[in-house]
Amino acid sequence: MNPLLQSILSAEFGFAIFRVMTPLLFAAIGVSISHLAGTINISMEGTMLVSAFVGVLVSAFTNSLILALLAGVAAGVAMGAILSYFHLRLKADIILAAIALNMFASGITVFLLFLATGDKGSSSSLKSMLFPEVHIPLIKSIPVLGTIISGHNIMTYGAFLAIILFYIITFKTPLGLRIRAVGQNPHAAESVGINVNRIRMWALMLSGFFGAFGGLYLSMGYVSWFARDMTAGRGWIAIAAATLGGYMPLGTFLASLLFGAVNALAIYFASLQIPSELIALIPYLATVIALTIYSAQAQKKRHRKVEEAKQVGTIKETT
Amino acid sequence: MEKFLLKYFTLIRVIIAIGIGIVISVFLIYLTSQEPGFSLRSFLLGPFLTRSRLAHLFETASPIIFCGLAIAVAFQAKQFNIGAEGSLYLGAAVGTAFAVSTNMPAFIHIPLVLLIAGLTGALWSFIPGILKAKWKASELVSSLMLNYVAYFLGLYLINYHFRDKEAGFLVSFKLPETAWLARFIPDTRIHYGIILALVLAVLVYYFLYHTTAGYEIRSTGFNERFARFGGISVFKVIILCQVILGFLAAFGGMTEVMGIHRRFLWQSSPGYGWDGIIVAIIGRSHPLLIVPASFFLAYMRVGGRVLNLMSDVPAEMVMVIQSIIILLITAEAFLSQWKYRITVRQAERGGAA
Repeated sequence: MNPLLQSILSAEFGFAIFRVMTPLLFAAIGVSISHLAGTINISMEGTMLVSAFVGVLVSAFTNSLILALLAGVAAGVAMGAILSYFHLRLKADIILAAIALNMFASGITVFLLFLATGDKGSSSSLKSMLFPEVHIPLIKSIPVLGTIISGHNIMTYGAFLAIILFYIITFKTPLGLRIRAVGQNPHAAESVGINVNRIRMWALMLSGFFGAFGGLYLSMGYVSWFARDMTAGRGWIAIAAATLGGYMPLGTFLASLLFGAVNALAIYFASLQIPSELIALIPYLATVIALTIYSAQAQKKRHRKVEEAKQVGTIKETT
Repeated sequence: MEKFLLKYFTLIRVIIAIGIGIVISVFLIYLTSQEPGFSLRSFLLGPFLTRSRLAHLFETASPIIFCGLAIAVAFQAKQFNIGAEGSLYLGAAVGTAFAVSTNMPAFIHIPLVLLIAGLTGALWSFIPGILKAKWKASELVSSLMLNYVAYFLGLYLINYHFRDKEAGFLVSFKLPETAWLARFIPDTRIHYGIILALVLAVLVYYFLYHTTAGYEIRSTGFNERFARFGGISVFKVIILCQVILGFLAAFGGMTEVMGIHRRFLWQSSPGYGWDGIIVAIIGRSHPLLIVPASFFLAYMRVGGRVLNLMSDVPAEMVMVIQSIIILLITAEAFLSQWKYRITVRQAERGGAA
């Protein structure tokens, strides 16, 4: 059999997809929840970076995974809070403010990394910790499936929980209802007494919360160190994944899975004789194509709705 | 005095934001440096102290002006295309490829190479433009993704087809001398690119504020619906400003290759596209203000480099400062209370008189 096909069909490839998908999924949930409130958070790149850094630093200095987790999550939430303060209180454009925050994250992490280790590249001199891998009893001994599903970092399973949590928050809680209301029509929401800015603040902080886990996984699971700009565009791919997934739980999950698969594929291709540059661009190109298809379809849907509304209107007029 | 404050409120706000940024940098330096006085001097005065650093200021500002102008045109139409980086990279790579594989007299070669680079950038930037105009695909996401695609394509082109294997590291062949932009100040690398940048700043200003197309771009940015009702083709405007953006960015990148490096040596994307966003924000998307904004950013950058060399404070401090400055400038409500109070006081006085 063709060696490429063979490696793609192997169980290890299935495992790699989930591994690659994990940070994307967390960040994509973060983007989705902020978009549902009508304030899209494109600072996931920076949020993940700060959380990844804080996690490594705290775990290295306290030797406590729990503290590292808490600090990393707090840092992510803080990023969301800063963005919401600048956007909601100080009326900054949310896109520009988020771009500035990404820049801030990129600078401050290297700045502090240098102060902490004397190195600007990575934290390899620090003894930071890793989140544990989980080998699921019984399932791990099932042949192919076991290899794919079992033995992942706990954060990967956390990502699945995060999707469920995202679903529950959005559709089963009053906050979720308000988030959706605010996102669909802020004026209507305001007229029934919802504090629009407060709901958006919560949504942005929640997006920071989810993004933080993606960052923590990167530096304490995916690899075991922090490196400058280690998010490497994942925060941006997450935006594409969230867009593609229609900002809904299942869609976001499937889109992240797709991007995970394409990225994993790029890694596999690279081991063959094809120029790595041409392989590396595949996921980004795929994102553009997927985004275009999605947007075109959404536009068609809008047109159809307008047409239907027009028809209903004419029927009413004639009767 | 108060009238003056009101009239130049936006500008004053920018200056205050910059001031706060510098105060924070002083604070950071005192917090981290063993010899804060010396470090501070290196950072703030360093860029002016030697001839080569002063030259460096101009060299650094030059590509930033091009990208700032590029982004400013898009921002004026409220298009959040951040694809200047990709257009610049791919444009410069294709321009380099063309320059090293052709031979002609300089007076044709130079403009032709610049044109080819610019057109490549324009074409590249046309993609998010058409996707946005036709299908409403977010230009933010698509231009960002295309940055990566452009980067890898450019890298592939240079590393696989135009690589100078004798150079010892991954760079392209050296450009033939007929495609060099001359350096006009001895012992520096200041080249004619900076003159082109200044000329373009005036041209873009004229275009935006004194032509119909420029007016259409600004109207679309001001109020898209209003522009539509006024008979402006928003479709055309979106495409036009994206194409201009790509052209200017790639043109600027090419001047950098032709004037400074004389070969393509960017193994990682140089980041000028992002710098363009920074100066477009600081310069409030006004082409003529892009120039001082670019020099300010260049000053911070050179200061950061001096700091890095001479002291124990890492240059990344500059990134922190510049992001804080941008946050403050984009925060519309920052100092608006103050403006409000002055306006009220003015109005009351007016009423009394």
